[in-house]
Amino acid sequence: MKKQYWTEYESKVADDHYYYERSCIRQSFFTGSEEVFINIVRDLLGKDIADDMNLHTCSGIGYYSGVVPLDTTMTVVARLFALMTEAGYKNFVPSCITSFGLVNEVVDMWHHFPEKLEQIRGYLKEANGKEFDVPENIAHPCDIIYKYRKELKEKMKYSLTNVHTGKPLKVVEHIGCHYAKIFPRQVKGGAEFPQVLVGMIQEWGGEVVDYPERRHCCGFGFSQYMVLANRGYSAANSKKKLESMQPFKPDFILANCPGCTMFMDRWQYTIAETEGITYGENGMGIPVLTYEELAAILLGYNPWDVGLQTHQVQVEPLLDKMGIKYDPKDKYVGKSGAFLGEPEKPTHLKVKAYE
Amino acid sequence: MAELLDMISADIRYIDGLKACMNCGVCTAICPAAEFYNYDPRDVCNTLMSKDEVAIAELLKTDKIWHCGQCLSCKTRCPRGNVPGLLISLLREVSIRMGYFTESEEGRRQYAIKKTLGEHIVDSGYCVHVMHVKPHLHPEQGPVWEWYFKNSEEVADRQGGNYNKEGSGALRKISEESLKDLRKIFEVTGGKDFFEQIDRQSKKKASELKKNITDNVDDNEYFYHVYREKNETQE
Repeated sequence: MKKQYWTEYESKVADDHYYYERSCIRQSFFTGSEEVFINIVRDLLGKDIADDMNLHTCSGIGYYSGVVPLDTTMTVVARLFALMTEAGYKNFVPSCITSFGLVNEVVDMWHHFPEKLEQIRGYLKEANGKEFDVPENIAHPCDIIYKYRKELKEKMKYSLTNVHTGKPLKVVEHIGCHYAKIFPRQVKGGAEFPQVLVGMIQEWGGEVVDYPERRHCCGFGFSQYMVLANRGYSAANSKKKLESMQPFKPDFILANCPGCTMFMDRWQYTIAETEGITYGENGMGIPVLTYEELAAILLGYNPWDVGLQTHQVQVEPLLDKMGIKYDPKDKYVGKSGAFLGEPEKPTHLKVKAYE
Repeated sequence: MAELLDMISADIRYIDGLKACMNCGVCTAICPAAEFYNYDPRDVCNTLMSKDEVAIAELLKTDKIWHCGQCLSCKTRCPRGNVPGLLISLLREVSIRMGYFTESEEGRRQYAIKKTLGEHIVDSGYCVHVMHVKPHLHPEQGPVWEWYFKNSEEVADRQGGNYNKEGSGALRKISEESLKDLRKIFEVTGGKDFFEQIDRQSKKKASELKKNITDNVDDNEYFYHVYREKNETQE
């Protein structure tokens, strides 16, 4: 039998004492996801996780967009490592897939070019007077949720089952490129068969959808998306994926990268408004969730406390299939308890089935 | 011109990213940008391996090096361990340092990216923050985003955020100490000079193109020119 090398690729994830590095994109577009992750790790799993007020961007989007030079980005990453070191931690947990890829790339370059590490140490000392240790362990938060998926299942109130049919929900999993494509041997299953989201979906009762463009990029493209003139590149890549998955009628898409989650959600709106094409049932879209959002609603969190109302593709049909109760009047209520009004309805992308 | 080859060959991305390309073209086959644009990462490797300074300088003045989406799928697939995406990252940096980037329509967009992303890093401590994603610049974000943007503090804080306030938490205000340190890092490592080079060369090009350029985004004709206009005849 042909040897399947990918089965030997493993993620190394520390058991406890995590230094959480927040993500610009996840904070902005999926604010609730980061809070849910910290709650799950700290309160449900009883682990130690640092949420440092001194954190800042890793500058990765600037680097991959070509406006921040390599030495500058490396020194910004070094400052984050210095904050981790000062706080007494060794296990670095970057919330963003861009950060995850970047810090692994930076550490790998330092390993191969120790003189560059020394140069960056010098830059950081000169600029900030700080010193740092390279993390002993770098794991993405999805690795931690995957690691403890069985423990979390025991606390869940719902499962990935269609309560009307009794059948497993069909889930598309999308892995951000910078999670597994840069260093495939460092993640379970490698670039071709990453297990992190598959493991969550299967453990929590769902069925994974395999489709031709499963491993294709969502199309962020960094500098491509950053200017209006080139957003067609980004939309075209997501469209290719959406067209490929549509015949399998997935109930939702699950992603580990906040950028991918946002793009596959928003491009469904753009494609519907510009071309009149929708990919979900009854003129609606296919909901796209972060893994933290999924864990949260299965655990019984209020979907509107988690931020599901901030998705352009509406999630109520999915919640209904899962038998999750929610209060429609609570959806557009803010922190103060005030009703904030409703967003305008798109022309083509339905917000309610059969409306 | 030897300065160009020296700059490229001394960079660890060149040493790490170009070992021995055998021109198999697997990188081009897997590349999402090659599918969308007239872009060929295999050809970029060829030009670099030629060590032909004139050809490399020409490449740095074209749209081609700006088409890559930096997904790094090429790294996964190359059977010889080359990384065209890493080389592109280097070539973009050199194109800006040499002032070549304004010679191509795609290169000129770096000015808009510096204004809408680069400056945010040193001004706010975020590459991206809710307040940066302005609906008039991001119509693709849709009406739910407009609603979030309008009610950002209420919506973010309901989800456990700490919107633009001191302390820890999602979307918090980045501390003055961290911002001061970030700015100093940009000064010491050349990031500030890099921004200034983008500005300087863009101002020259704006003058050539007879476009008004100002420090603000809202009344900046050159910004909107490079942000949203596209020459349909571009290859």
